[in-house]
Amino acid sequence: MSRLIDVENLTLQFDTDEGRITAVDNVSFSLEAGEVMGLVGESGSGKSVTAKSLMKLNPGNAVYGPDSKITLHLADGPVDVLSLKTDREMKIVRGGSISLIFQEPMASFAPAISIGDQMVEQLLIHTSYSKQQAKEVSIEMLDRVGISDPSTRFGQYAFELSGGMRQRAMIAMALSTKPKLLIADEPTTALDVTIQAQVIDLMKDLVSEFGMGIIFITHDLGVIAQTADKVAVMYLGRLVEQGSVRDVIRKPAHPYTRGLLAALPKLDDMDAPLTPIPGDIPSPLERPSGCVYHTRCQEVVGPRCAAEVPEFSNVDEDHFASCHLYDAKGDTA
Amino acid sequence: MSTKPLMAAKGLSVHYALRGKLIGPKAYVGAVENVDIEIKAGSFFGLVGESGSGKTTLGRAMLRAAPISRGDVLFDDGEVSYSLKKLGKKELKDYRKRAQLIFQDPYAALSPRMTVRDIIAEPLEVMGLTKNRAETDARVREIAAKCRLNVEHLRRFPHAFSGGQRQRISIARALVSGPKFIVADESVAALDVSIQADVLNLLKAIQQEMGLTFLFISHDLSVVAHVCDHVAVMYLGRIVETAPTRTLFSGPRHPYTKALLSAIPSLDPDDRGKAQKLEGEIPSPTNPPPGCKFQTRCPAAIDRCRVEEPVLETAGVEHKVACHRWQELSD
Repeated sequence: MSRLIDVENLTLQFDTDEGRITAVDNVSFSLEAGEVMGLVGESGSGKSVTAKSLMKLNPGNAVYGPDSKITLHLADGPVDVLSLKTDREMKIVRGGSISLIFQEPMASFAPAISIGDQMVEQLLIHTSYSKQQAKEVSIEMLDRVGISDPSTRFGQYAFELSGGMRQRAMIAMALSTKPKLLIADEPTTALDVTIQAQVIDLMKDLVSEFGMGIIFITHDLGVIAQTADKVAVMYLGRLVEQGSVRDVIRKPAHPYTRGLLAALPKLDDMDAPLTPIPGDIPSPLERPSGCVYHTRCQEVVGPRCAAEVPEFSNVDEDHFASCHLYDAKGDTA
Repeated sequence: MSTKPLMAAKGLSVHYALRGKLIGPKAYVGAVENVDIEIKAGSFFGLVGESGSGKTTLGRAMLRAAPISRGDVLFDDGEVSYSLKKLGKKELKDYRKRAQLIFQDPYAALSPRMTVRDIIAEPLEVMGLTKNRAETDARVREIAAKCRLNVEHLRRFPHAFSGGQRQRISIARALVSGPKFIVADESVAALDVSIQADVLNLLKAIQQEMGLTFLFISHDLSVVAHVCDHVAVMYLGRIVETAPTRTLFSGPRHPYTKALLSAIPSLDPDDRGKAQKLEGEIPSPTNPPPGCKFQTRCPAAIDRCRVEEPVLETAGVEHKVACHRWQELSD
């Protein structure tokens, strides 16, 4: 496997009327080609904002930290994503090497342009296909994602397709440019379980066929367990745990990950009580000091949790948690 | 606990007229077709199915918020009994006190211009349940405390609250008129898991404390498994299987229920891809297939399924299933 993308010390703030809000705080991770990374967290944890940074899609009031660095490794050399300025330069990451699938497929297609025209348009921008070739590739792609009668669907509009079909068309469109990295932002959340299972299967097939990397954003740990190779857990803009899917789900190290798993209704133990994480996720305007999770944490080690930001420590091989429980120093206070 | 049904649907159908043609018979969509279910007093009854299966419409028909085209829904809480089809204006007003709805989206369900106190008090004022402001306030405070809202929360506006807190406000508003029957339509679907657990625990606690009966509509089977004592599975407007929760989850009989259960993503990373996958999608109710409605996607469909619609048969204690082949398939 070869390295696909490196995210180093990504910090992202938004200027708002109420002040500067930190959305992503010093996040680092990397992804190999052909690898699926699950990005998990509650709403407001910064997972979508992190993913959008990879395509520099955040709005104009976004301020990236000075040490933030995103490097995309392409065949003809690395690209420093955050240094891209003009729309023309950004074509490499927006739809070229990176594609994005949104949660709401209805909102992601233009309602008054046929599915086919939208697919052809982006192929004409990103590839050297002729209009006719682009049409052929698009129809082939629709067929590939399991849409029956693709040449008819090609001429239809988003409202004529059902939810599952729209999500498939969205995936077909995202993949037709053969991206190196696919970002899927809650791609199955709006779907029924049976359709969700179909879409998950489809995405797994496509990874093995095209060998791209996928960043799969979801709050559903079941979906992560079924799709991801590794998992990164975010809370309030910080990465709190990172590791292989087996380690994170079976041996969660960070108290927040443990809390998420305890809150999940499990089918194999219907009598187990559901344990909510106490309290609510704090407003980004009132970010807690020290460890961002200490206000809700059940396993606070001492005053250090409220004072010091925990470093990432090794819990196990390739399994990291940012928590004072794992600091070698012990509590000094 | 009493075993008398609080709610009973008898051959209930809900039809919506399609845009009419001038000549010929009126076209309609059968959103709910010939449904028979009984919800016992004090139970937490789950209703599951994919979108388009008619579960919301059935819930609304039980609240007299959807038209009852055929059949009837009977309500009997021990004090009064109503046939929902024949409710008069005054009776309907009384029924509204006894049956309430909790919505899915706590962001859309609360008026941004009303304080929490006013939101919770509104049903009392509209229904004329309290005589003066002091009495209203006392009742609002009592219900708010039950839903774990503080007194100072009552003076604020909904925008100041998180999703979980808003859902608690919606619950308080539904409970304030002292209902016996609550329809919770996807009430935790929009919430994060940690908050979802909190709201589910609250609903369960309130149900036990106040002796309520819940119709819990959800597409999330693992949530239903945790809170409901009885479950009905819907497909294209029909009940295809109904059973006590444990029976349904340990021994599903209908191929659709089996497929639904196996489609739930397992939390075990080593248990991938074993699920029995359902092909295709739910057909449109404007043009339902003949025979069994599930035959177009059923892995076990035979010729008989394509012509004859199965009826609910008894498959065990309180367990009913509508499938021609459930007996052969359960071996």
